[in-house]
Amino acid sequence: MNALVKEPAILWTDVGAVTDVPRRGARRVPSPRGDIAIFRTGDGAVFALMDRCPHKGGPLSQGIVHGQSVTCPLHGRVIDLATGEGTGADKGHGCAPVVPLEVVDGRLMLGVVGG
Amino acid sequence: MQAKQKLVVIGNGMAGCRVVEDILKRDADRYEITIFGAEPRVNYNRIMLSPVLAGEKAFDDIVINDEAWYRDNAITLHAGRAVTGIDRVTKTVTAQGGLSVPYDRLILASGSDPVRLPLPGADLKGVVTFRDLDDVEQMVAAADAGGAAVVIGGGLLGLEAAYGLAKRGMKATVVHLMDVLMERQLDSAAGFLLTEALALRGVETVLSAQSEAILGEDGKVSGLKLSDDRVLPCSVLVMAVGIRPNTALAKAAGIGVARGVVVDDQMRTDDPDIYAVGECAEHRGVAYGLVAPIWDMCKTLAAALTGDEGSAYGGSMLSTRLKVSGVDVFSAGAFAGGEGCEDIVFRDAGRGVYKRVVLENGKVAGAVLFGDAADGGWYFDLMRQGADVSGIRETLIFGQAITEGLSGLDPSAAVAAMSDDQEVCGCNGVCKGQITGAITAQGLTTLDAVRGLTKASASCGSCTPLVEKLLKLTLGDGFQVQTGPAPMCKCTSHTHDVVRRAIVDGRLKSMPAIHQALEWTTPDGCASCRPALNYYLICAWPGDYQDDKQSRFINERVHANIQKDGTYSVVPRMWGGMTTPDELRAIADVADKFAIPAVKVTGGQRIDLLGVKKDDLPAVWADLNAAGMVSGHAYAKGLRTVKTCVGSDWCRFGTQDSTGLGMRLEKFMWGSWTPAKVKLAVSGCPRNCAEATCKDVGVICVDSGYEIHVGGAAGLHIRGTEILTKVATEEEAMWTICAVVQLYREEGWYLERIYKWMDRVGLDSIKAAIADPDNRRALYDRFSYSQRFSRIDPWAERVAGRHTEEFNPLSRRLEFEPA
Repeated sequence: MNALVKEPAILWTDVGAVTDVPRRGARRVPSPRGDIAIFRTGDGAVFALMDRCPHKGGPLSQGIVHGQSVTCPLHGRVIDLATGEGTGADKGHGCAPVVPLEVVDGRLMLGVVGG
Repeated sequence: MQAKQKLVVIGNGMAGCRVVEDILKRDADRYEITIFGAEPRVNYNRIMLSPVLAGEKAFDDIVINDEAWYRDNAITLHAGRAVTGIDRVTKTVTAQGGLSVPYDRLILASGSDPVRLPLPGADLKGVVTFRDLDDVEQMVAAADAGGAAVVIGGGLLGLEAAYGLAKRGMKATVVHLMDVLMERQLDSAAGFLLTEALALRGVETVLSAQSEAILGEDGKVSGLKLSDDRVLPCSVLVMAVGIRPNTALAKAAGIGVARGVVVDDQMRTDDPDIYAVGECAEHRGVAYGLVAPIWDMCKTLAAALTGDEGSAYGGSMLSTRLKVSGVDVFSAGAFAGGEGCEDIVFRDAGRGVYKRVVLENGKVAGAVLFGDAADGGWYFDLMRQGADVSGIRETLIFGQAITEGLSGLDPSAAVAAMSDDQEVCGCNGVCKGQITGAITAQGLTTLDAVRGLTKASASCGSCTPLVEKLLKLTLGDGFQVQTGPAPMCKCTSHTHDVVRRAIVDGRLKSMPAIHQALEWTTPDGCASCRPALNYYLICAWPGDYQDDKQSRFINERVHANIQKDGTYSVVPRMWGGMTTPDELRAIADVADKFAIPAVKVTGGQRIDLLGVKKDDLPAVWADLNAAGMVSGHAYAKGLRTVKTCVGSDWCRFGTQDSTGLGMRLEKFMWGSWTPAKVKLAVSGCPRNCAEATCKDVGVICVDSGYEIHVGGAAGLHIRGTEILTKVATEEEAMWTICAVVQLYREEGWYLERIYKWMDRVGLDSIKAAIADPDNRRALYDRFSYSQRFSRIDPWAERVAGRHTEEFNPLSRRLEFEPA
């Protein structure tokens, strides 16, 4: 989980229910800095990343979610949902920034830094 | 002698009596003890109510402390008298009937109340919760009258209630809000197995179901209505949707309460003389509902109350076991870890076993065991100790006995240490001695030879690594690992062929069923096997299998082609490449209306609208639908286009109606899913203007009939087609083409184009299959049956509201806020 310590600098916004995101799937939340992708694994864990693959900017929210990774729809890069980094041979080649996300009573609270 | 201190315990349940037992054990003479219980009976083991309901135990079997215990320990029990108030100034508690008892120390062990959903009809007779013996007696009475029972809540308690009622002869149905049973404890693989196991025991499951109202007749429950208007008839309805700490007394007395009564590490509330334990207490923000942490709390409190001020409760890790006879389920810890997490999965299809252990940085972080939970305690201990298990990682999943038996041995030595009569291949019952014996006696050097002679690893294949190790051990350097057909993906050792055969022969109808039967090594597959299995299931069980959109590549999930900038392209179908002024006008209007930046003519004789925003897709489709156009499936591993020339309609060389045949083929075959894309073309004469000889299936019309060609490609590889057969009539051309495509649908590996399939199985085998008229007919019939479920426009379905969540953002609340 992206269990970050709540800091006053983070503005938390309720963007929907955990169950609004399909298992092994993702949803998008548009923001002025670009889309944010919220993923839900088969085990029900949720993660948030900026919706841009570090490879060529592909929308990760459109990929196939498997285990705790997503495969980018454009060129098949496999991204770890917890870190936003590539896995295996793709590790160390950039990362999709992690967005703070907390679950409170089944609601998805997305944190925007500096709000 | 100093007068004894007065200890009053509110709650005659598991926590209340346990803490008294613990105190008596430490210092039997310290307190004069009074216990209040709301239930009019002695202390019993509440967690054993499930076996009582199931008729596997009687109430007397689950009594923990009988009346003699209270008498012998000089405990005053007020059973059936609920406490009505606590006066902290005079330090007295008041109970029903005006009874007032003073205390020096007070323990709140009032437990919890079952949550009752505020549904219409919740007050009808026959609507019960599952908390105490009265509830069980009501359920037993209902079961004696027979009929159906509905249980709301697919957690531990709900499932045990449903099982108990089914055991007593009722038709029991569990209604669960989530899509996995016991979703807080199980992953989806174990949840699936549990659903199956319960069905075998007469408990049906309805998942993702929202209860709307309880229906009644003459003041008695008669059914449950779900939000999708389904009605489940029942004569008893059990609500098992959770518990709420019972804090009313504490709150009324002004003691600090959050979700439960707030306590410190000595179980003390904010009143120094009042303590709380069990389900009514909240420690470090957690209110527990399982028995193990309650025992820990009681131990700490008993120590604190008998002079050991140093004792402290530090919170508990939780593990869960389901008490349903013959269904062994264990769960502990977390399965969704962060970086450095790793899954070890073991499945034994024959025994119905699924085990998953999650490691985090070399330590056990969680475990789910289904079918064989004997090692649950061991994993839980390793987890609680935070033990480094990297040294035993190889054997960890096989459990404690094997791991400790082989400790210190490397994997090869472990195989060497196996005795000759130890079984290697469970499917065919082959022991180590038989294998090594055959290798030496017959001079075997390859895995296939061993399989041929001994059958070891010839069935499910999961013992292949072990057999290979035996070959290596016996032959030394003489053994070379053979390279056979590659496994489907890293989740399995099976090839596509084996998997496809198992789906049909084993009547496997869902992905979790395949994972279990073929012993997948991951909990839910990967990005490479999931789309493949989804296709194999659709192909094997048309109309039966529900497509899993989360296992579809994005293009097939949203029915458009993703482009490099994340926009999509939209290609409407133009049957046989024919269009009309009205269709063209509609396309032009759509392009204007949605400011679509590029319009291009494709190689498949259609028009491509490029740069459509995802959110606009349903609206674009609505307009195209209105003009009579449907999806061109330009994104699909399925039938794409049927390219034609103008044929005998217009062309002076045309020999047959190639346009007409092309349209007929496309209208019959559109929407079909195939292992990889399928492109067709029909040329009206051998000049071949439709370029049919580089298509997956091509038709060249000649004066005397139709030449059917297969296996062309003009992409990454360039290949001319091979001629499959020649037929005399258009009718026969249809049959033959559908039959060959169906053969490919049934035999092809996912992502394998027709030409590659043809190279693999050989043109002759395809020819033979089509040449036999009965077989051709059967293939055609299977294709045609499958098409009944496929010729549905996916665009129109989505315009009508299917999967709207796919096209709409989750939330727009951040869209315009400053970053």
